[in-house]
Amino acid sequence: MIWNEPIECASRSEIEAIQSERLVETVKRVYHNVPSYRKKMQEKGLVPDDIKSVADLSKLPFTVKKDLRDNYPFGLFACPMSEIVRLHASSGTTGKPTVVGYTRKDLNTWAEVVSRALSMAGVRKSDFVQVAYGYGLFTGGLGIHYGTENLGASVIPISGGNTHKQIQLMQDFGSTVLACTPSYALYLAEVMEEMNVKPQDLKLRIGIFGAEPWSENMRKEIERKLGIKAIDIFGLSEVIGPGVACECEYQEGLHINEDHFIPEIVDPVTLEPLPRGSVGELVFTTVTKEGIPLIRYRTRDLTRLNYEKCQCGRTLVRMEKCTGRSDDMLIIRGVNVFPSQIESVLFEMAETAPHYLLIVEREGTLDTLTLMVEVQEQFFSDEVKKLQDLRKKITAKIHSVLGVSVDVRLVEPKTIERTAGKAQRVIDKRKI
Amino acid sequence: MKVKQLSVFLENREGRLMEVTKILGKSGVNMSAYFVADTSEFGILRVIVSDPEKAFNVLREAGFTVRLSDVVCLSCPNHPGALSLALEILAREEIFIEYMYAFSSGESANVILRPTDVDRCIDVLQKNQMELVSASELYKF
Repeated sequence: MIWNEPIECASRSEIEAIQSERLVETVKRVYHNVPSYRKKMQEKGLVPDDIKSVADLSKLPFTVKKDLRDNYPFGLFACPMSEIVRLHASSGTTGKPTVVGYTRKDLNTWAEVVSRALSMAGVRKSDFVQVAYGYGLFTGGLGIHYGTENLGASVIPISGGNTHKQIQLMQDFGSTVLACTPSYALYLAEVMEEMNVKPQDLKLRIGIFGAEPWSENMRKEIERKLGIKAIDIFGLSEVIGPGVACECEYQEGLHINEDHFIPEIVDPVTLEPLPRGSVGELVFTTVTKEGIPLIRYRTRDLTRLNYEKCQCGRTLVRMEKCTGRSDDMLIIRGVNVFPSQIESVLFEMAETAPHYLLIVEREGTLDTLTLMVEVQEQFFSDEVKKLQDLRKKITAKIHSVLGVSVDVRLVEPKTIERTAGKAQRVIDKRKI
Repeated sequence: MKVKQLSVFLENREGRLMEVTKILGKSGVNMSAYFVADTSEFGILRVIVSDPEKAFNVLREAGFTVRLSDVVCLSCPNHPGALSLALEILAREEIFIEYMYAFSSGESANVILRPTDVDRCIDVLQKNQMELVSASELYKF
Protein backbone atom coordinates (compact mmCIF):
# COMPACT_ATOMS: atom_id res chain seq x y z
CA MET A 1 0.00 0.00 0.00
CA ILE A 2 1.26 3.47 -0.86
CA TRP A 3 0.29 5.94 1.87
CA ASN A 4 0.42 9.12 -0.21
CA GLU A 5 0.40 8.05 -3.84
CA PRO A 6 0.20 11.52 -5.47
CA ILE A 7 3.45 12.50 -3.79
CA GLU A 8 5.26 9.18 -3.55
CA CYS A 9 4.68 8.38 -7.21
CA ALA A 10 4.93 11.93 -8.59
CA SER A 11 7.08 12.67 -11.62
CA ARG A 12 10.45 14.31 -11.15
CA SER A 13 9.18 17.63 -12.48
CA GLU A 14 6.19 17.54 -10.11
CA ILE A 15 8.45 16.81 -7.14
CA GLU A 16 10.87 19.56 -8.14
CA ALA A 17 8.02 22.05 -8.48
CA ILE A 18 6.86 21.24 -4.93
CA GLN A 19 10.40 21.39 -3.61
CA SER A 20 11.09 24.72 -5.32
CA GLU A 21 7.99 26.39 -3.99
CA ARG A 22 8.64 25.16 -0.45
CA LEU A 23 12.35 25.98 -0.57
CA VAL A 24 11.65 29.59 -1.54
CA GLU A 25 9.27 29.93 1.41
CA THR A 26 11.68 28.27 3.84
CA VAL A 27 14.58 30.50 2.81
CA LYS A 28 12.44 33.59 3.33
CA ARG A 29 11.36 32.36 6.73
CA VAL A 30 14.80 31.56 8.04
CA TYR A 31 16.28 34.76 6.60
CA HIS A 32 13.74 36.87 8.43
CA ASN A 33 13.38 34.83 11.63
CA VAL A 34 16.79 33.30 12.38
CA PRO A 35 19.70 35.75 12.85
CA SER A 36 22.32 33.05 12.37
CA TYR A 37 20.96 32.07 8.92
CA ARG A 38 20.57 35.70 7.89
CA LYS A 39 24.17 36.40 8.85
CA LYS A 40 25.44 33.38 6.93
CA MET A 41 23.47 34.37 3.83
CA GLN A 42 24.64 37.95 4.05
CA GLU A 43 28.23 36.73 4.25
CA LYS A 44 27.64 35.03 0.92
CA GLY A 45 25.96 38.14 -0.44
CA LEU A 46 22.63 36.33 -0.72
CA VAL A 47 19.11 37.66 -0.28
CA PRO A 48 16.01 35.42 -0.28
CA ASP A 49 15.12 36.51 -3.82
CA ASP A 50 18.29 34.85 -5.11
CA ILE A 51 16.70 31.48 -4.38
CA LYS A 52 14.07 30.83 -7.02
CA SER A 53 14.08 27.03 -7.30
CA VAL A 54 15.87 23.86 -6.19
CA ALA A 55 18.44 24.63 -8.86
CA ASP A 56 19.65 27.47 -6.59
CA LEU A 57 20.03 25.19 -3.57
CA SER A 58 23.79 24.92 -3.93
CA LYS A 59 24.16 28.69 -3.49
CA LEU A 60 23.05 28.42 0.13
CA PRO A 61 25.46 28.04 3.05
CA PHE A 62 25.77 24.73 4.88
CA THR A 63 24.57 24.02 8.40
CA VAL A 64 26.48 21.68 10.69
CA LYS A 65 25.85 20.15 14.09
CA LYS A 66 28.05 22.80 15.67
CA ASP A 67 25.59 25.48 14.54
CA LEU A 68 22.91 23.80 16.64
CA ARG A 69 25.24 23.67 19.63
CA ASP A 70 26.37 27.26 19.19
CA ASN A 71 22.75 28.34 19.17
CA TYR A 72 21.77 26.14 22.11
CA PRO A 73 19.02 25.70 23.03
CA PHE A 74 16.53 27.53 20.80
CA GLY A 75 18.63 29.92 18.71
CA LEU A 76 17.85 28.28 15.37
CA PHE A 77 14.11 28.10 15.94
CA ALA A 78 12.23 29.97 13.25
CA CYS A 79 8.91 30.47 14.99
CA PRO A 80 7.72 32.01 18.25
CA MET A 81 8.21 29.64 21.21
CA SER A 82 4.48 29.72 21.81
CA GLU A 83 4.07 27.76 18.56
CA ILE A 84 6.40 24.97 19.75
CA VAL A 85 4.47 22.00 21.11
CA ARG A 86 7.26 19.46 21.56
CA LEU A 87 10.99 19.42 22.20
CA HIS A 88 13.40 16.60 21.56
CA ALA A 89 17.15 16.51 22.06
CA SER A 90 20.11 14.42 21.10
CA SER A 91 21.89 12.46 23.81
CA GLY A 92 24.06 15.54 24.36
CA THR A 93 27.17 13.51 24.66
CA THR A 94 29.57 16.37 24.02
CA GLY A 95 28.18 18.57 26.74
CA LYS A 96 25.34 20.44 25.18
CA PRO A 97 22.67 18.39 23.47
CA THR A 98 21.25 19.50 20.16
CA VAL A 99 17.68 20.57 20.68
CA VAL A 100 14.90 20.43 18.14
CA GLY A 101 11.44 21.93 18.45
CA TYR A 102 8.26 20.93 16.67
CA THR A 103 5.18 22.98 15.95
CA ARG A 104 1.80 21.28 15.64
CA LYS A 105 2.30 21.22 11.88
CA ASP A 106 5.77 19.70 12.28
CA LEU A 107 4.34 16.88 14.38
CA ASN A 108 1.72 16.26 11.70
CA THR A 109 4.44 16.20 9.04
CA TRP A 110 6.44 13.77 11.14
CA ALA A 111 3.45 11.47 11.66
CA GLU A 112 2.81 11.66 7.90
CA VAL A 113 6.35 10.66 6.91
CA VAL A 114 6.46 7.86 9.46
CA SER A 115 3.09 6.58 8.20
CA ARG A 116 4.52 6.56 4.68
CA ALA A 117 7.62 4.73 5.95
CA LEU A 118 5.61 2.10 7.80
CA SER A 119 3.39 1.60 4.75
CA MET A 120 6.49 1.13 2.59
CA ALA A 121 7.64 -1.51 5.07
CA GLY A 122 4.31 -3.28 4.68
CA VAL A 123 2.63 -2.26 7.95
CA ARG A 124 -1.18 -2.14 7.77
CA LYS A 125 -4.01 -0.94 10.01
CA SER A 126 -4.50 -4.44 11.33
CA ASP A 127 -0.94 -4.68 12.67
CA PHE A 128 0.26 -4.56 16.26
CA VAL A 129 3.43 -2.47 16.39
CA GLN A 130 5.66 -3.07 19.36
CA VAL A 131 7.74 0.09 19.73
CA ALA A 132 10.92 -0.93 21.55
CA TYR A 133 12.82 2.24 20.72
CA GLY A 134 13.41 4.44 23.75
CA TYR A 135 10.69 6.93 24.58
CA GLY A 136 11.84 10.32 25.79
CA LEU A 137 14.09 13.03 24.45
CA PHE A 138 15.30 10.54 21.84
CA THR A 139 13.10 10.81 18.74
CA GLY A 140 12.94 7.06 18.04
CA GLY A 141 10.11 5.99 20.35
CA LEU A 142 7.66 8.87 20.00
CA GLY A 143 8.38 9.28 16.28
CA ILE A 144 7.37 5.72 15.42
CA HIS A 145 4.56 5.88 17.98
CA TYR A 146 2.64 8.75 16.39
CA GLY A 147 3.31 7.54 12.87
CA THR A 148 1.80 4.19 13.81
CA GLU A 149 -1.25 5.79 15.37
CA ASN A 150 -1.65 8.01 12.33
CA LEU A 151 -1.57 4.94 10.12
CA GLY A 152 -4.23 3.34 12.27
CA ALA A 153 -2.30 0.31 13.48
CA SER A 154 -2.17 -0.56 17.20
CA VAL A 155 0.81 0.74 19.13
CA ILE A 156 2.38 -1.23 21.96
CA PRO A 157 4.48 1.55 23.56
CA ILE A 158 6.80 -0.68 25.59
CA SER A 159 9.94 1.46 25.01
CA GLY A 160 13.44 -0.05 25.19
CA GLY A 161 14.80 -2.68 27.56
CA ASN A 162 12.92 -5.14 29.74
CA THR A 163 13.71 -7.93 27.32
CA HIS A 164 11.77 -10.75 28.96
CA LYS A 165 8.66 -8.62 29.10
CA GLN A 166 9.12 -7.67 25.45
CA ILE A 167 9.05 -11.34 24.52
CA GLN A 168 6.16 -12.05 26.87
CA LEU A 169 4.02 -9.29 25.32
CA MET A 170 4.99 -10.36 21.81
CA GLN A 171 3.45 -13.72 22.63
CA ASP A 172 0.45 -12.47 24.62
CA PHE A 173 -0.51 -9.53 22.37
CA GLY A 174 0.48 -11.16 19.12
CA SER A 175 2.75 -8.31 18.01
CA THR A 176 3.23 -8.39 14.25
CA VAL A 177 5.74 -5.55 13.89
CA LEU A 178 8.83 -4.87 15.98
CA ALA A 179 10.46 -1.43 15.92
CA CYS A 180 13.88 -1.10 17.61
CA THR A 181 17.59 -0.87 16.88
CA PRO A 182 18.92 -3.80 14.84
CA SER A 183 21.33 -4.81 17.60
CA TYR A 184 18.50 -4.95 20.09
CA ALA A 185 16.52 -7.10 17.66
CA LEU A 186 19.39 -9.58 17.59
CA TYR A 187 19.62 -9.50 21.34
CA LEU A 188 15.89 -10.20 21.57
CA ALA A 189 16.40 -13.16 19.27
CA GLU A 190 19.13 -14.52 21.55
CA VAL A 191 17.01 -14.19 24.65
CA MET A 192 14.13 -15.85 22.82
CA GLU A 193 16.38 -18.81 22.13
CA GLU A 194 17.29 -18.97 25.83
CA MET A 195 13.59 -18.84 26.73
CA ASN A 196 12.91 -21.50 24.12
CA VAL A 197 10.50 -19.23 22.26
CA LYS A 198 10.51 -20.01 18.54
CA PRO A 199 9.68 -17.62 15.69
CA GLN A 200 6.65 -19.77 14.90
CA ASP A 201 5.35 -19.14 18.44
CA LEU A 202 5.10 -15.46 17.49
CA LYS A 203 3.14 -13.53 14.91
CA LEU A 204 5.99 -11.15 14.09
CA ARG A 205 6.34 -10.48 10.39
CA ILE A 206 8.09 -7.10 10.00
CA GLY A 207 10.95 -5.33 11.77
CA ILE A 208 11.48 -1.57 11.51
CA PHE A 209 15.13 -1.10 12.40
CA GLY A 210 17.28 2.00 12.50
CA ALA A 211 19.29 4.48 14.59
CA GLU A 212 22.58 2.66 14.03
CA PRO A 213 24.53 1.23 11.11
CA TRP A 214 23.87 -2.37 10.23
CA SER A 215 24.95 -4.60 7.43
CA GLU A 216 23.26 -6.85 4.94
CA ASN A 217 24.66 -9.82 6.86
CA MET A 218 23.10 -8.57 10.04
CA ARG A 219 19.83 -8.15 8.18
CA LYS A 220 19.97 -11.75 6.99
CA GLU A 221 20.67 -12.97 10.49
CA ILE A 222 17.79 -11.00 12.01
CA GLU A 223 15.45 -12.15 9.28
CA ARG A 224 16.45 -15.77 9.80
CA LYS A 225 16.37 -15.71 13.59
CA LEU A 226 13.08 -13.87 13.96
CA GLY A 227 11.43 -15.10 10.80
CA ILE A 228 10.59 -11.57 9.66
CA LYS A 229 11.33 -9.03 6.96
CA ALA A 230 13.86 -6.54 8.36
CA ILE A 231 13.33 -3.03 7.03
CA ASP A 232 15.86 -0.21 7.35
CA ILE A 233 14.44 3.12 8.48
CA PHE A 234 16.56 6.27 8.44
CA GLY A 235 16.31 9.56 10.20
CA LEU A 236 18.12 12.03 12.36
CA SER A 237 16.62 14.16 15.05
CA GLU A 238 17.97 17.38 13.53
CA VAL A 239 16.03 16.73 10.33
CA ILE A 240 12.90 15.35 12.05
CA GLY A 241 13.66 11.95 13.55
CA PRO A 242 12.87 8.51 12.10
CA GLY A 243 10.95 8.64 8.85
CA VAL A 244 13.26 10.80 6.77
CA ALA A 245 13.69 7.74 4.58
CA CYS A 246 12.70 4.09 4.65
CA GLU A 247 12.99 0.93 2.61
CA CYS A 248 10.04 -0.55 0.82
CA GLU A 249 9.39 -4.28 0.56
CA TYR A 250 11.98 -4.56 -2.24
CA GLN A 251 14.76 -3.43 0.13
CA GLU A 252 16.71 -1.75 -2.66
CA GLY A 253 17.51 1.57 -1.05
CA LEU A 254 15.59 3.87 1.24
CA HIS A 255 12.94 6.16 -0.25
CA ILE A 256 13.52 9.70 0.94
CA ASN A 257 10.46 11.80 1.72
CA GLU A 258 11.90 14.45 -0.54
CA ASP A 259 8.85 16.69 -0.66
CA HIS A 260 9.83 17.53 2.95
CA PHE A 261 13.57 16.88 3.00
CA ILE A 262 15.60 17.69 -0.11
CA PRO A 263 18.70 15.51 -0.30
CA GLU A 264 21.99 16.44 -1.94
CA ILE A 265 25.24 14.54 -2.23
CA VAL A 266 28.37 16.64 -1.82
CA ASP A 267 32.06 16.00 -1.69
CA PRO A 268 32.82 15.93 2.06
CA VAL A 269 36.10 17.78 1.47
CA THR A 270 35.36 20.38 -1.21
CA LEU A 271 31.63 20.52 -0.36
CA GLU A 272 30.86 20.73 -4.08
CA PRO A 273 27.71 18.92 -5.22
CA LEU A 274 28.60 15.63 -6.88
CA PRO A 275 27.14 14.21 -10.10
CA ARG A 276 24.14 11.93 -9.76
CA GLY A 277 25.06 8.43 -8.63
CA SER A 278 28.29 9.44 -6.89
CA VAL A 279 29.01 8.43 -3.30
CA GLY A 280 29.40 11.43 -1.03
CA GLU A 281 28.09 13.13 2.05
CA LEU A 282 24.35 13.31 2.42
CA VAL A 283 23.00 16.83 2.98
CA PHE A 284 19.39 17.69 3.80
CA THR A 285 17.37 20.86 3.48
CA THR A 286 14.03 20.71 5.27
CA VAL A 287 11.39 22.63 3.36
CA THR A 288 8.25 22.27 5.47
CA LYS A 289 9.54 22.45 9.02
CA GLU A 290 8.47 25.47 11.05
CA GLY A 291 10.14 24.86 14.40
CA ILE A 292 13.70 24.37 13.28
CA PRO A 293 14.15 24.39 9.52
CA LEU A 294 17.61 23.33 8.43
CA ILE A 295 19.35 24.61 5.34
CA ARG A 296 21.84 22.23 3.74
CA TYR A 297 22.44 20.26 6.91
CA ARG A 298 25.50 18.04 6.68
CA THR A 299 24.61 14.59 8.04
CA ARG A 300 28.17 13.20 7.73
CA ASP A 301 26.61 10.01 6.43
CA LEU A 302 28.09 8.72 3.21
CA THR A 303 25.75 7.31 0.60
CA ARG A 304 24.55 7.70 -2.99
CA LEU A 305 21.19 8.54 -4.52
CA ASN A 306 19.20 6.60 -7.09
CA TYR A 307 16.53 8.53 -9.01
CA GLU A 308 15.15 5.54 -10.94
CA LYS A 309 11.58 4.51 -10.39
CA CYS A 310 11.33 1.63 -7.92
CA GLN A 311 9.61 -1.69 -8.55
CA CYS A 312 7.14 -0.73 -5.83
CA GLY A 313 5.91 2.09 -8.04
CA ARG A 314 7.35 4.91 -5.96
CA THR A 315 9.41 7.57 -7.64
CA LEU A 316 10.78 9.06 -4.43
CA VAL A 317 14.56 9.15 -4.70
CA ARG A 318 16.31 6.28 -2.94
CA MET A 319 19.45 6.48 -0.81
CA GLU A 320 21.70 3.50 -0.42
CA LYS A 321 22.09 2.03 3.03
CA CYS A 322 24.75 4.25 4.61
CA THR A 323 28.22 2.91 4.04
CA GLY A 324 30.18 5.07 6.43
CA ARG A 325 30.60 8.48 7.93
CA SER A 326 32.66 11.42 6.87
CA ASP A 327 33.76 12.21 10.39
CA ASP A 328 34.94 10.04 13.21
CA MET A 329 31.67 9.62 15.00
CA LEU A 330 31.02 6.11 16.19
CA ILE A 331 27.61 4.73 16.89
CA ILE A 332 27.83 2.37 19.82
CA ARG A 333 24.61 0.60 20.76
CA GLY A 334 22.68 3.48 19.23
CA VAL A 335 24.64 6.15 21.11
CA ASN A 336 26.77 8.64 19.22
CA VAL A 337 30.33 8.57 20.49
CA PHE A 338 33.04 10.97 19.41
CA PRO A 339 36.62 9.99 20.20
CA SER A 340 37.29 13.65 20.97
CA GLN A 341 35.01 13.36 24.00
CA ILE A 342 37.31 10.71 25.43
CA GLU A 343 40.24 12.99 24.84
CA SER A 344 38.54 15.78 26.75
CA VAL A 345 37.82 13.49 29.70
CA LEU A 346 41.43 12.37 29.80
CA PHE A 347 42.62 15.95 29.55
CA GLU A 348 40.55 16.79 32.58
CA MET A 349 42.13 14.02 34.61
CA ALA A 350 45.64 14.72 35.84
CA GLU A 351 46.39 11.04 36.33
CA THR A 352 46.23 10.06 32.71
CA ALA A 353 47.88 11.14 29.51
CA PRO A 354 45.53 12.27 26.74
CA HIS A 355 46.88 9.46 24.61
CA TYR A 356 44.48 6.67 24.17
CA LEU A 357 43.33 4.00 21.85
CA LEU A 358 39.73 3.03 21.52
CA ILE A 359 38.97 -0.44 20.30
CA VAL A 360 35.46 -1.18 19.14
CA GLU A 361 34.40 -4.76 18.85
CA ARG A 362 31.16 -6.56 18.48
CA GLU A 363 30.76 -9.45 20.88
CA GLY A 364 27.79 -11.44 19.77
CA THR A 365 25.32 -8.70 19.03
CA LEU A 366 26.56 -6.01 21.37
CA ASP A 367 29.22 -3.42 20.66
CA THR A 368 31.99 -3.26 23.22
CA LEU A 369 34.51 -0.51 23.80
CA THR A 370 37.96 -1.03 25.19
CA LEU A 371 39.92 2.06 26.06
CA MET A 372 43.67 1.86 26.47
CA VAL A 373 44.90 4.71 28.63
CA GLU A 374 48.41 5.62 29.60
CA VAL A 375 49.12 6.17 33.28
CA GLN A 376 51.08 9.33 34.06
CA GLU A 377 54.29 8.45 35.80
CA GLN A 378 53.75 10.72 38.79
CA PHE A 379 50.45 9.03 39.56
CA PHE A 380 51.76 5.53 39.38
CA SER A 381 51.31 3.83 42.70
CA ASP A 382 52.96 0.74 44.10
CA GLU A 383 49.54 -0.25 45.44
CA VAL A 384 47.22 -2.30 43.28
CA LYS A 385 44.18 -0.82 44.99
CA LYS A 386 45.07 2.73 44.00
CA LEU A 387 45.54 1.83 40.37
CA GLN A 388 42.30 -0.09 40.36
CA ASP A 389 40.58 2.92 41.89
CA LEU A 390 42.03 5.08 39.14
CA ARG A 391 40.71 2.66 36.58
CA LYS A 392 37.25 2.78 38.15
CA LYS A 393 37.36 6.56 38.21
CA ILE A 394 38.18 6.75 34.50
CA THR A 395 35.48 4.21 33.69
CA ALA A 396 32.86 6.15 35.63
CA LYS A 397 33.85 9.48 34.14
CA ILE A 398 33.83 8.19 30.58
CA HIS A 399 30.49 6.55 31.20
CA SER A 400 28.97 9.77 32.49
CA VAL A 401 30.17 11.72 29.46
CA LEU A 402 29.63 9.15 26.73
CA GLY A 403 26.61 7.36 28.07
CA VAL A 404 28.14 3.99 27.22
CA SER A 405 30.32 1.75 29.31
CA VAL A 406 33.93 1.16 28.43
CA ASP A 407 36.47 -1.38 29.56
CA VAL A 408 39.44 0.72 30.65
CA ARG A 409 42.91 -0.79 30.40
CA LEU A 410 45.80 1.01 31.99
CA VAL A 411 48.88 0.76 29.86
CA GLU A 412 52.48 1.87 30.21
CA PRO A 413 53.33 5.41 29.20
CA LYS A 414 54.40 6.03 25.62
CA THR A 415 53.17 2.68 24.44
CA ILE A 416 50.32 4.12 22.41
CA GLU A 417 51.55 5.03 19.00
CA ARG A 418 52.19 8.70 18.31
CA THR A 419 52.09 10.16 14.87
CA ALA A 420 52.87 13.60 13.59
CA GLY A 421 49.72 13.69 11.52
CA LYS A 422 46.23 12.63 12.40
CA ALA A 423 46.56 10.00 15.06
CA GLN A 424 44.64 6.82 14.79
CA ARG A 425 42.60 6.85 17.95
CA VAL A 426 40.03 4.28 16.99
CA ILE A 427 40.29 0.73 15.83
CA ASP A 428 36.90 -0.45 14.73
CA LYS A 429 36.97 -4.22 14.56
CA ARG A 430 33.23 -4.55 14.06
CA LYS A 431 32.22 -6.33 10.93
CA ILE A 432 29.08 -4.48 10.04
CA MET B 1 65.28 2.05 59.20
CA LYS B 2 63.37 2.69 56.02
CA VAL B 3 64.15 0.58 53.02
CA LYS B 4 63.64 1.75 49.43
CA GLN B 5 61.54 -0.49 47.30
CA LEU B 6 61.35 -0.10 43.56
CA SER B 7 57.95 -0.62 41.93
CA VAL B 8 57.46 -1.01 38.21
CA PHE B 9 54.15 -0.76 36.41
CA LEU B 10 53.69 -3.54 33.93
CA GLU B 11 51.09 -4.05 31.30
CA ASN B 12 50.15 -7.65 30.84
CA ARG B 13 52.37 -8.06 27.83
CA GLU B 14 54.84 -10.70 26.90
CA GLY B 15 58.46 -10.12 27.81
CA ARG B 16 58.04 -7.13 30.09
CA LEU B 17 59.34 -8.89 33.22
CA MET B 18 62.29 -10.19 31.29
CA GLU B 19 63.09 -6.69 30.03
CA VAL B 20 63.21 -5.27 33.55
CA THR B 21 65.57 -7.95 34.80
CA LYS B 22 67.73 -7.63 31.71
CA ILE B 23 68.11 -3.87 32.14
CA LEU B 24 68.94 -4.23 35.83
CA GLY B 25 71.40 -7.03 35.15
CA LYS B 26 73.21 -5.02 32.48
CA SER B 27 73.48 -2.09 34.86
CA GLY B 28 75.02 -4.27 37.55
CA VAL B 29 72.07 -3.89 39.88
CA ASN B 30 71.47 -6.91 42.06
CA MET B 31 68.05 -7.91 43.31
CA SER B 32 67.47 -9.30 46.77
CA ALA B 33 63.69 -9.54 46.67
CA TYR B 34 61.35 -9.79 43.70
CA PHE B 35 57.59 -9.89 43.85
CA VAL B 36 54.84 -9.42 41.27
CA ALA B 37 51.35 -8.28 42.17
CA ASP B 38 49.03 -9.02 39.32
CA THR B 39 45.50 -8.13 38.34
CA SER B 40 43.63 -9.11 35.22
CA GLU B 41 44.62 -5.85 33.54
CA PHE B 42 48.11 -5.03 34.75
CA GLY B 43 50.88 -6.01 37.14
CA ILE B 44 53.13 -4.25 39.59
CA LEU B 45 56.63 -5.55 40.06
CA ARG B 46 58.19 -4.82 43.44
CA VAL B 47 61.90 -5.30 43.91
CA ILE B 48 64.50 -4.64 46.56
CA VAL B 49 67.73 -3.88 44.77
CA SER B 50 71.35 -3.15 45.61
CA ASP B 51 71.15 0.39 44.20
CA PRO B 52 67.62 1.76 44.19
CA GLU B 53 68.49 5.17 42.67
CA LYS B 54 70.44 3.66 39.84
CA ALA B 55 67.75 1.07 39.15
CA PHE B 56 65.12 3.79 39.16
CA ASN B 57 67.05 5.85 36.62
CA VAL B 58 67.94 3.09 34.20
CA LEU B 59 64.41 1.75 34.13
CA ARG B 60 62.97 5.20 33.67
CA GLU B 61 65.29 5.86 30.80
CA ALA B 62 64.12 2.63 29.24
CA GLY B 63 60.55 3.95 29.35
CA PHE B 64 59.21 2.11 32.37
CA THR B 65 56.92 3.72 34.89
CA VAL B 66 58.77 3.33 38.15
CA ARG B 67 58.40 4.51 41.68
CA LEU B 68 60.50 4.38 44.79
CA SER B 69 58.58 3.91 48.00
CA ASP B 70 59.55 3.42 51.61
CA VAL B 71 59.00 0.02 53.14
CA VAL B 72 60.06 -1.65 56.35
CA CYS B 73 62.12 -4.82 56.48
CA LEU B 74 61.55 -6.94 59.53
CA SER B 75 63.87 -9.74 60.39
CA CYS B 76 62.18 -12.48 62.28
CA PRO B 77 63.43 -15.87 63.42
CA ASN B 78 62.76 -18.65 60.99
CA HIS B 79 60.51 -20.73 63.19
CA PRO B 80 56.75 -21.32 63.62
CA GLY B 81 54.77 -18.46 65.09
CA ALA B 82 57.47 -15.81 64.72
CA LEU B 83 55.71 -13.81 62.04
CA SER B 84 52.44 -14.16 63.85
CA LEU B 85 53.92 -12.49 66.90
CA ALA B 86 55.08 -9.50 64.86
CA LEU B 87 51.73 -9.15 63.13
CA GLU B 88 49.91 -9.33 66.45
CA ILE B 89 51.86 -6.32 67.66
CA LEU B 90 51.03 -4.37 64.52
CA ALA B 91 47.35 -5.30 64.71
CA ARG B 92 47.18 -4.25 68.35
CA GLU B 93 48.72 -0.90 67.48
CA GLU B 94 46.39 -0.54 64.48
CA ILE B 95 49.13 -0.34 61.91
CA PHE B 96 47.54 -1.00 58.54
CA ILE B 97 49.59 -3.06 56.10
CA GLU B 98 48.93 -2.35 52.38
CA TYR B 99 50.86 -5.42 51.34
CA MET B 100 53.77 -7.58 52.44
CA TYR B 101 56.01 -10.33 51.22
CA ALA B 102 58.62 -12.45 52.89
CA PHE B 103 61.67 -14.49 52.03
CA SER B 104 63.63 -16.73 54.37
CA SER B 105 67.31 -17.54 54.30
CA GLY B 106 68.75 -19.89 56.91
CA GLU B 107 68.14 -18.87 60.49
CA SER B 108 66.01 -15.85 59.80
CA ALA B 109 63.36 -14.58 57.43
CA ASN B 110 63.00 -11.10 56.02
CA VAL B 111 59.53 -9.68 55.80
CA ILE B 112 58.94 -6.63 53.66
CA LEU B 113 56.04 -4.59 55.00
CA ARG B 114 54.35 -1.72 53.23
CA PRO B 115 52.37 0.00 55.99
CA THR B 116 50.22 3.06 55.43
CA ASP B 117 52.27 4.85 58.05
CA VAL B 118 55.89 3.80 57.65
CA ASP B 119 57.30 5.88 60.53
CA ARG B 120 54.83 4.67 63.10
CA CYS B 121 55.30 1.10 61.99
CA ILE B 122 59.06 1.34 62.56
CA ASP B 123 58.47 2.96 65.91
CA VAL B 124 56.07 0.31 67.11
CA LEU B 125 58.23 -2.59 65.98
CA GLN B 126 61.35 -1.18 67.58
CA LYS B 127 59.59 -0.46 70.87
CA ASN B 128 58.56 -4.09 70.91
CA GLN B 129 62.14 -5.27 70.41
CA MET B 130 61.52 -6.54 66.91
CA GLU B 131 64.57 -6.75 64.73
CA LEU B 132 64.58 -4.61 61.64
CA VAL B 133 66.94 -4.90 58.71
CA SER B 134 68.57 -1.67 57.60
CA ALA B 135 68.71 -0.64 54.00
CA SER B 136 72.49 -0.98 53.79
CA GLU B 137 72.35 -4.53 55.08
CA LEU B 138 69.50 -5.52 52.86
CA TYR B 139 70.94 -4.10 49.65
CA LYS B 140 74.06 -6.23 50.20
CA PHE B 141 72.23 -9.53 49.84
